Amino acid sequence: MAHWIEPHPTGIYVRPADAWIDPSVPRERALVTHGHADHARGGHGHVWATRETLAIMALRYGTASGTPVGYGEEIRLGGVTIRYVPAGHVLGSAQIVLTHAGERVVVTGDYKRRPDPTCLPFEPVPCDIFVTEATFGLPVFRHPDTGSEIDRLLAARHANPDRSVLVGAYALGKAQRVICELRARGHHDPIYLHGAMERMCNLYVELGVEMGDLRPATGIAAKDMRGSIVVAPPSALNDRWSRRLPDPITAMASGWMRVRQRARQKNVELPLILSDHADWDELTDTIREVAPTETWITHGREEALLHWCMTHQIRARALALVGRDDEEEEG
Amino acid sequence: MRAFSQLLDALVYTRSRNGKLALIAAYLRATPDPDRGWALAALTGNLDLKAVKSSAISEMIRARVDPVLYEMSRDYVGDLAETVALLWPPPPGEPPDLDDGTLTLATVVDRLHATSRAAAPDALAQMMDHLDASGRFALLKLATGGLRVGISARLAKTGFAQAFGLDVDDVEQVWHALSPPYTELFDWAEGRSARPDPAGTPFFRPFMLAHPLEADSVDLTDYAAEWKWDGIRIQIVGTGSDTRLYSRAGDDISASFPEIAAAFTGHAVLDGELLVRGEFQGGEAASFNALQQRLGRKLVSAKMQADYPAFVRLYDLLLEGEEDLRALSWTDRRARLEAYMPNLDTTRFDLSAIIDAADFDALADIRAGTRDAAIEGVMLKRRDSRYVAGRKAALWYKWKRDPLTADCVMMYAQRGHGKRSSFYSDYTFGCWTTDGELHPVGKAYSGFTDEELKWLDRFVRQNTVARFGPVREVEKTLVLEVAFDSIHDSKRHKSGLAMRFPRIARIRRDKPAAEADTVAGLKKLVS
Repeated sequence: MAHWIEPHPTGIYVRPADAWIDPSVPRERALVTHGHADHARGGHGHVWATRETLAIMALRYGTASGTPVGYGEEIRLGGVTIRYVPAGHVLGSAQIVLTHAGERVVVTGDYKRRPDPTCLPFEPVPCDIFVTEATFGLPVFRHPDTGSEIDRLLAARHANPDRSVLVGAYALGKAQRVICELRARGHHDPIYLHGAMERMCNLYVELGVEMGDLRPATGIAAKDMRGSIVVAPPSALNDRWSRRLPDPITAMASGWMRVRQRARQKNVELPLILSDHADWDELTDTIREVAPTETWITHGREEALLHWCMTHQIRARALALVGRDDEEEEG
Repeated sequence: MRAFSQLLDALVYTRSRNGKLALIAAYLRATPDPDRGWALAALTGNLDLKAVKSSAISEMIRARVDPVLYEMSRDYVGDLAETVALLWPPPPGEPPDLDDGTLTLATVVDRLHATSRAAAPDALAQMMDHLDASGRFALLKLATGGLRVGISARLAKTGFAQAFGLDVDDVEQVWHALSPPYTELFDWAEGRSARPDPAGTPFFRPFMLAHPLEADSVDLTDYAAEWKWDGIRIQIVGTGSDTRLYSRAGDDISASFPEIAAAFTGHAVLDGELLVRGEFQGGEAASFNALQQRLGRKLVSAKMQADYPAFVRLYDLLLEGEEDLRALSWTDRRARLEAYMPNLDTTRFDLSAIIDAADFDALADIRAGTRDAAIEGVMLKRRDSRYVAGRKAALWYKWKRDPLTADCVMMYAQRGHGKRSSFYSDYTFGCWTTDGELHPVGKAYSGFTDEELKWLDRFVRQNTVARFGPVREVEKTLVLEVAFDSIHDSKRHKSGLAMRFPRIARIRRDKPAAEADTVAGLKKLVS
């Protein structure tokens, strides 16, 4: 079925439209689901993406040429009807819904099902072929309630008034979500940012995401940082950068924190299980909900999800896409 | 159960000792009896439950989760208890990962005590349904008897002492008079009852320790000289019916050296050095290296006991029967110890000899001439000194052999832990082979000042040639003068050598790497 769409190691090729979805090498025509580096690369001839994703790509790669596609808006390329539907992953993230020859294909990119104050919620679209991610495709991954994780962060801050809490969070999406969730739990003090976070946070604000009082973490005496919450990219947690902070509690917001050894390897003191990807239950529930004839699994721990599909009489195959599994920090 | 499982989680993620102590203290203050007593028992390794086998645990999960998904999960997570805790499906109609608060730690312990081994999996499964992932992990660890959270019994007791403003040695003294859930202990700590009476129990007495000798000499008419043996300091406490062995930190290590505990049936408290007999030394005391094979093992095989037979070289007698000798002079205690020796099994116990030297210069000559691998230096004990806890000025001195040194080249650097996690503070260094290659000879993470650490960290960052996870390989240009107590043959290292207690003595920025020492040169220092 759907012979007009082909998985390749470098992306998914939509033949009648002569366009690639999330290609990992420069292509003339690219349909991009969201702004993370393993999906959005620079150097394409022409890009179709949401307005927000284009803005993120412009910030990261300086790419200017692109056609914004609004959520729900339909475009036609070479006889294929293409619609962008919210994926709930990060600001601007979209599933790409393709209709051609009486068949409908949904490519999710990355997605999650739980609420995120920085982006629109995932919209399930029934389809013939469902192309899903499987980053957390193992039944040990069951993300707890977001509010309780944020409360643990606030409790750690409260219990250690002389220390700062340094939260490692991916610079695009996770950082802004953590900030917004903190605001939603009533934390209105200034939140301090590592330099690598500032431009993306500014862009989020420009795009209408309210994050309250954000300040650069540099140039402030250590003693004045006591009791503060600082957000930094995961790579800065144990690096020289963190020496400026007063005895920081290192926290990390990631779905990988569910597994103790993973948290310990990263030297994390306060693991926060907070993910922008679907957990096992969300993956399997979503497949049941959109009830595809066939499920394609792009990246992650695909063997387990493949096995689950087989034991639930769902036709499935794993696609070997390159460069999609080296994004652990993003979990 | 939630408070206990949260404590275990926090202990896993907290690296600093003070942080761990604060967590334990806060838990013990806030938690009611008898839960906190059971927790203290679990942390100190005194919770004696019929262990559920891990095969029973994996059967439990296979009955509830697709076995293929279980195997994949187990491969990914590694630890059985953690895999099962994470995978456990919520009971029908219940939200996942909810500790409903119906189970206290005491209930869990009571149920595990009460069930037969055959019924244990069912009892366990029933309890699992009421817990969140952390709670299930804690429960499975208790049930399988493998609660490993990286703290020693002594640390847990120190946490207890800190919680209630007590002295840990005082806690140690009453400890063996009590049993879990330690209600009398908490009653005493919170002032509701008198101090429990430890009489008749094998409790630990704080060791008397020595200062390094800094004076140029001492008068041997005032001080007796004795070899300082390179084993581990040990205290043997026997009540006649029970014998315990304690390490210098006060940890009960009886289980690691069962042959020693079994060989002592007397009623006394002795201080000595635990050593193993080296076959290759004609049955004499072997180096610390050999003893290391026996350390840190919970279970000791018969082969281990045969290959590395342990014995104790005795220094002092603290109590004989109920008579406390600690107020006597060293000279009197020594006489009592010598008189006590015939009571002991000679294959397991001998007497640490006094060095016969006419004066201090003669002693210095003897010290300089010794090549025995098991000797770390000389002890000087004031003849009229009472046996007092801790380090007291001018009573006992340790006069270690001068350290050996070698000029080595830094090869790799690794990030440290805790406060040092942003610094490359652990250095692997090597010496030259005859083929002109560098082979690693040791690793050190101390000896330098804070300023030197900053300099070394910058050197590593600016001279990195490759990265392997947390490790950086550096340009082979920096010479480090490494001091070490002794050096031994080792099969574990490519160079065939292992240093004892290596530390960075000096950074030799002035010395070209090509002029560093050779592996062949180091081999000549092997003792």
